[in-house]
Amino acid sequence: MTSTAVVVGASLAGMHAARTLRLEGHEGDIIVLDPDLRAQYDRPPLSKQFLAEDLDPDRIMLQSAREDLGLDVRLGTRATALDLADRRIATQHLDGSLDSVPFDSLVIATGAAARRLPDTAGIAGVHVVRTVDDSLALRADLDAGPRRVVVIGAGFIGGEVAATCRGRGLEVTLAEAMPVPLERALGAAMGEVCARVHVEHGVDVRLATGVERLDTVTDGGVERVVGVHLTDGSLVEADVVVVGIGVSVNTGWLEGSGLTLDDGIVCDDTLLAAPGVAAAGDIARYHSRRFDRSFRIEHWEHAIAGGEAAARRLLAEQRGEAPAVFDPVPWFWSDQYDRKIQLSGRPEATDIARVVHGSVDEFRFVTMYGREGRLVGVLGMNRPRHVIQLRGLIEEGASFDEACARAEAM
Amino acid sequence: MRVVVDFDLCESNAVCMGIAPEIFEVRDDDFLYVLDENPPESMRAKLEESVQRCPKQAISIAED
Repeated sequence: MTSTAVVVGASLAGMHAARTLRLEGHEGDIIVLDPDLRAQYDRPPLSKQFLAEDLDPDRIMLQSAREDLGLDVRLGTRATALDLADRRIATQHLDGSLDSVPFDSLVIATGAAARRLPDTAGIAGVHVVRTVDDSLALRADLDAGPRRVVVIGAGFIGGEVAATCRGRGLEVTLAEAMPVPLERALGAAMGEVCARVHVEHGVDVRLATGVERLDTVTDGGVERVVGVHLTDGSLVEADVVVVGIGVSVNTGWLEGSGLTLDDGIVCDDTLLAAPGVAAAGDIARYHSRRFDRSFRIEHWEHAIAGGEAAARRLLAEQRGEAPAVFDPVPWFWSDQYDRKIQLSGRPEATDIARVVHGSVDEFRFVTMYGREGRLVGVLGMNRPRHVIQLRGLIEEGASFDEACARAEAM
Repeated sequence: MRVVVDFDLCESNAVCMGIAPEIFEVRDDDFLYVLDENPPESMRAKLEESVQRCPKQAISIAED
């Protein structure tokens, strides 16, 4: 049976969905839509190597974009509406032309967009880091040798950008609105350790400090940032401001489609959002049985796993096979300076956090997170072997005490 | 099949070790060691998963 599969989004999740559909037996057309003319690139380097060096965008192309998978990839094409009853997606090309694409099965992987500071659109020197074009624009401003870079938000993206800028020898102020960075992801104690890494590397870290307003000058009709007024009353003079305050999901085009939207596309625990429609990547919200939580995970590896799972979900539906539950243990990494931060699982700020290996003061350690007697997370700083091996204990549903004993014996 | 690792790209994230500990090992020096450069055909699926999941796209499979 020949049917048409459409994948909306040609980034990591979408490309892995398309690849899996093809490799695992979808015989009809596979059409991939994305408004980004580049798309098909890997995002992690955008805040690290790509920003640090003069890398060509071709160097961060996804492997799946180089494979001969017989995909019909239509870049510069934005999905603008979904008609579930008519099984059709309305599109708009960059040149303004309107079209529609019919589908039998659909994977939605339109991801998320970087949040910006309000009322800063068009101000030169103010950046976010989400796309290749974002990173190229920031790199050009860093190449110009700014007096100082102010990074707003000490999450993982902000932390990586701060580290990359320090690596380029630039002065950096890192402002975080919360009293401790990363508290929601890692808990207060470990968030404080991550903040200290930046202090050790000469970053001017300002906690519990937000942005009051930007200081700008207008020269030749161009408004350009020259400083940031912070809520601690100070003015930090800077020619570059990088905003890393999280993302918002790209679900606007799905309003009124009949899909359930709630900070993401609400899927069942197999990533199915409606008959013949699955979601993957940053946009997919699903219930994790393992953690008994509603999840929407923005990790790189989760996008791959979700893309593959969404494709398999649709293939199973077409074949009348039983679908697989999607519930992998989340994992991600963040490289900052010479430190590699890795997290398996999904800790919360209220979990027990116990350092079981190494030394926090040396920034080389393993911390285990426990909740209701169970292991729910493993954090490592420069301990990749431990994090990967202990991830298996989360998969097994190990008790917290037993897991800590195993970790201490490693 | 032969396992090829580009050690200029490898950053020892150890994802491959989690998938195929029979082939890959990150040791306490934080470097990756390939334990079996010519794994049996039965390891192909795990090896291909390691290729796909490597955050640095540092692993490939050579057929020779």
